[in-house]
Amino acid sequence: MKRNLFNWQRFFTIIKKEFIQVKRDPISLRIPIVMPIIMMFLFGYAVNTEIEHIPSAVFDQSKTQESREYIEKFTASDYFIIKYYVSSEKELSELMDKGKVKAGLIIPASYSTDLSRNLIPQTQLIIDGTDPTTARTAMNSSMLISEVYSKNLKEIEIKKLGTSIASLPGVSLNSKVWYNPNLESSRFTVPGLVGIILQNITIMLTAFALVREKERGTIEQLIVTPIRPIELILGKLIPYIFIGYGGFLFSLSICIFWFGVYPEGNIVLLLVLGFLFVISSLSIGMLISTFANNQLQAMMVMIIVILPSILLSGFIFPMEAMPKAISVLGYILPVTYFLDIIRGIMLKGVGFDFLVHDIIALVLFTIFLLSIATLRFNKSLD
Amino acid sequence: MEYAIEVENLTKKFGDITAVDHISFKIPKGRIFGFLGPNGSGKSTTIRMLCGVLTPSSGKGRVFGFDVVKDAESVKQNLGYMSQKFSLYEDLTVEENLDFYAGIYGLSRKVKEARKKELIAMANLTGKEKSLAGTLSGGWKQRLALACALIHKPKLLVLDEPTAGVDPVSRRVFWEIIHVLSRQGITILVTTHYMDEAESCDYIGFIFNGKLINEFAPPEEIIKKEHVKNLEDVFISIVERETNTKVSSSFQEMKFLEPDE
Ligand SMILES: Nc1ncnc2c1ncn2[C@@H]1O[C@H](COP(=O)(O)OP(=O)(O)OP(=O)(O)O)[C@@H](O)[C@H]1O
Ligand SMILES: [Mg+2]
Repeated sequence: MKRNLFNWQRFFTIIKKEFIQVKRDPISLRIPIVMPIIMMFLFGYAVNTEIEHIPSAVFDQSKTQESREYIEKFTASDYFIIKYYVSSEKELSELMDKGKVKAGLIIPASYSTDLSRNLIPQTQLIIDGTDPTTARTAMNSSMLISEVYSKNLKEIEIKKLGTSIASLPGVSLNSKVWYNPNLESSRFTVPGLVGIILQNITIMLTAFALVREKERGTIEQLIVTPIRPIELILGKLIPYIFIGYGGFLFSLSICIFWFGVYPEGNIVLLLVLGFLFVISSLSIGMLISTFANNQLQAMMVMIIVILPSILLSGFIFPMEAMPKAISVLGYILPVTYFLDIIRGIMLKGVGFDFLVHDIIALVLFTIFLLSIATLRFNKSLD
Repeated sequence: MEYAIEVENLTKKFGDITAVDHISFKIPKGRIFGFLGPNGSGKSTTIRMLCGVLTPSSGKGRVFGFDVVKDAESVKQNLGYMSQKFSLYEDLTVEENLDFYAGIYGLSRKVKEARKKELIAMANLTGKEKSLAGTLSGGWKQRLALACALIHKPKLLVLDEPTAGVDPVSRRVFWEIIHVLSRQGITILVTTHYMDEAESCDYIGFIFNGKLINEFAPPEEIIKKEHVKNLEDVFISIVERETNTKVSSSFQEMKFLEPDE
């Protein structure tokens, strides 16, 4: 008797069957179209983390031409509206207690003298942290404003002194603000959403497809045939690679053509890494299917995976802002690395060199997940 | 004589439950074997071990001389199986289900088309080729499952309650097919709760609480040995003997209609 390790006819027979089932299933085919549309518009518009016109108070102890110039930069930015000029820190804290202002700028008395002595003046911004989103915007934008301002000052200085820029201390800008200087939240959210959608579609459809055979008992009839687990797994998964990747391309097009977030970097690299991420999500879906006996159970296990992937991956809250113990959880999710990659390529335009750590992490995760999923799946067929 | 099925001390435990308890039997080729026993006695579990769906806890099973665990591949090539629960794809049509199993068993296109035609005619499925399997009624579903189990021309056909929930006409049609197959030399192992079906088997065996009660023997012989009129009485007397209670008297103790004291 002829024994092949892999029988292509059986493999293609399964792919064909799976495609017919997908075609007849009203959900499988609609998800990759409906989910990107709903999620992109929901998150792209409704969840707007953009904040402008933060009511602020100023405590100017310097009261000089230079300090007024500095304050002007703040008002010009649109992020801050100076509602009060106060004359003591106590007054400022009262305003903040009452919620009249969300930010307070304190300029030291030594501001202009420090500048003239080429020292860096220590201004202070006090932020009401009860609303973290406002606080984050306030912090980021104030940092940008000050740094751009000090850079300008330095350039004036350079012209005066006739020296080169290298001899002066470098200016380090907060990167998130730098790459998205208008702090448009959709620019930040939408590419991340492409990653989240790709993940959710693939996990869901894969887990459902695999659990369905168990739930309906069709797996029993399959086990008595000479089919090999590897043919079954690969044959069943290939249609969902297509669908998951289709959903990725579709949501990426919405991101580019509707939201106008054009990729700054290499789109080919993004398309290749997107494929890698489909495979890693697929493995997660497979793994979930080994823990569930029916689609309802699969759905519940899925929530355990999908919820943290939205909350802990840096999709909404930056990883840096999370408590250490929680951000560690984020780093065991493949989506965290893919979000870095897609934002890096879409917004920063960085290439392979800069993303190499994320890429390595994603590759390792994919290999790891795929192996344990295959092992567990083989066992569960027993 | 070469046997279609040889089972030695086959045992299956699910945790504390011993579903199949050291069963041994031999089945020669080319006959119909009825496997009888009350619900939960271990019929399906025995069958599923023979088909390679379950791994035995201990003991041996051989199908055409191939070990069901070590040589599962060879067993599977020679075996057609219809499980107790309908387990074809309900969202595939009759033809697509047949095509699928033909592909899985590696049939060439030509062979596939010829067999499909043959099986659709045999199973009386003509005209339903394009219907979704899920929309078929009970009898049609069972005949489709039979057709799928036969697509690779197995030498052994294992049927687990193939006619449960099927109307008398479809039942008759189904059994006529079984007898035709048997005459063509296919060995058939079938479980059923219908005694008229059991009576038309060549040999039957009783299983109770995971243990085989008698050797496989022709139905007439068993009836004679038990000194009763028919197989149904055999079934009941075996259950009564094994449980030490009278089936008919156990209901007399029910007092639902009498007032409580
Ligand atoms: N997967 C399983 N896990 C645990 N127990 C099981 C499992 N399958 C069967 N059993 C138990 O094993 C025993 C034998 O079950 P089996 O299905 O073989 O009976 P059966 O003779 O086919 O009954 P029926 O006539 O109702 O089909 C029962 O007590 C059943 O509850
Ligand atoms: Mg059963």
